[in-house]
Amino acid sequence: MARVYVAGVGVTRVGRHYGRGLLDLAAEAAFRAIDEAGVEPGAVVVTNMLASRLQEQDSLGAYIASGIGLRGRPALHVEAACGSGGAGLYTGYAMVRSGLVDSVLVVGVEKMTDYPTSTVTSALAQAADAEYELFYGASFTGLNALMMRYYMERYGVDRDTMSEWPVMMHENALINPYAQLRRRITREDVARSQVVADPIRLLDSSPIGDGAAAVLLVSEELASKLPEKPSVYIAGAGAATDTVELGSREALDRIPAARMAAEQALRAAGVRPEDIDVGEIHDAFTINAILLIEELGFAERGKAARALAEGRFRPGDRPTLNPSGGLKARGHPVGATGVYQVAEVAMQIRGDFPGVRVEGAETGIAVNMGGDGSTLTAFILRHA
Amino acid sequence: MALRISPARVWRERIPRYRLAGRQCRRCGRRHYPPRPACPYCGSRELEEVELPRTGVVETYAVIYTVMDGFRDRAPHPVAVVRLDDGTRVLAPLTDVEPGEIRTGMRVEAVLRRIRRDGEHGLIAYGIAFRPALREPRTRRSQG
Repeated sequence: MARVYVAGVGVTRVGRHYGRGLLDLAAEAAFRAIDEAGVEPGAVVVTNMLASRLQEQDSLGAYIASGIGLRGRPALHVEAACGSGGAGLYTGYAMVRSGLVDSVLVVGVEKMTDYPTSTVTSALAQAADAEYELFYGASFTGLNALMMRYYMERYGVDRDTMSEWPVMMHENALINPYAQLRRRITREDVARSQVVADPIRLLDSSPIGDGAAAVLLVSEELASKLPEKPSVYIAGAGAATDTVELGSREALDRIPAARMAAEQALRAAGVRPEDIDVGEIHDAFTINAILLIEELGFAERGKAARALAEGRFRPGDRPTLNPSGGLKARGHPVGATGVYQVAEVAMQIRGDFPGVRVEGAETGIAVNMGGDGSTLTAFILRHA
Repeated sequence: MALRISPARVWRERIPRYRLAGRQCRRCGRRHYPPRPACPYCGSRELEEVELPRTGVVETYAVIYTVMDGFRDRAPHPVAVVRLDDGTRVLAPLTDVEPGEIRTGMRVEAVLRRIRRDGEHGLIAYGIAFRPALREPRTRRSQG
């Protein structure tokens, strides 16, 4: 089967970019990826969740493509809430893999800081079921809080044990030059931080920030013609969905779509969970990371939080999870996040990630989630 | 940006919303809420409308302090996933209870409540909320 290579990546610092618009951010990431690859992409996939509501901008495919000097190329906009980035990569991967085009630029971009938190919170809530969840004032954080309490009560996990994840994420982000939150926190800080939706506290939650990331995918044939042959390829991709509304799920402590997406990607790549050296997983809230660790087979059910407290998944351990600092501390510009993750795993395998580095990483996984478990994508990246 | 209330939308959803009507799958027998055109568990399109029991237990709950636009006067706003007596799950707010009194496993019953008011036009939307059960177990008939 012909491989799809990662020929270039580009990421911008996540933060409050008051002086820069959607297009400026997308351009910074896109230009880096294009310049690094040394090839102009034949098509563009834009991933974004909130522009329609916050920037009042649609036609994003054409808007971004023409804005970054690629007028005339086919360009699409892919949306799957916070899973938009992964969904867009899945689309771009399919376009190259099918032979439709020989290169695709997937660029994720999100501008979240132009409005007050309450407005952004309302917009983010659209990831949930509008008629039977939002109608009742169940905010997105509220829905994740339902899952967090269920997990903690069912498996007898206390507050401090759950706090290990955000503490580790802030530690990892300390030396990541493009992370949004670069300061150390303690379990006490988490427990004392503002209650957003009990039991979720402010420091369990990813911050609101702007950012853009880009990944340039090329066919095997094109890769072999480049002056410098790319060293990372996508060995497997998977995608799965579940009901958008939480109440119809099989269980409140599971994200089965994550397992399905990961199994597809692992099978396609011919690797097992124990072969993974590095992973970037979706941790918009602490509970997301805990449940994903279990779905991905890195810990037994109900034991992920305790495994963390025992020191697992930190730099030095295999797999090392979220050396970037994750959504929690690197930041979570929602529609761009899945693209950040794949760019980061690619940089880890290439050996040029600018933050915490996983030495000798050959195989990595990126898992992006839309809603509280409704759209999942997984990618296995390997050293060529 | 407050969520807007559309009279047409509220009217369209009145039966499932006010009467707690769900659907039962003729193939796998499972019930689901809200009603969907196909069974979310087995994919079958053979479904029948069912009125769900109005009592159940709190399976999990959250107390929302940072509320969405349109719910400012409600904070702290408790919401729950309630497992009805037939096993169907319903997500709804909790009412007539202090946040500190809520416990997983507590018995609750469905009541009709004003859910919110559209800030701009003053439209009012009603829906289901759950309160601690007064007497139980009760049937719909005995509620009069």
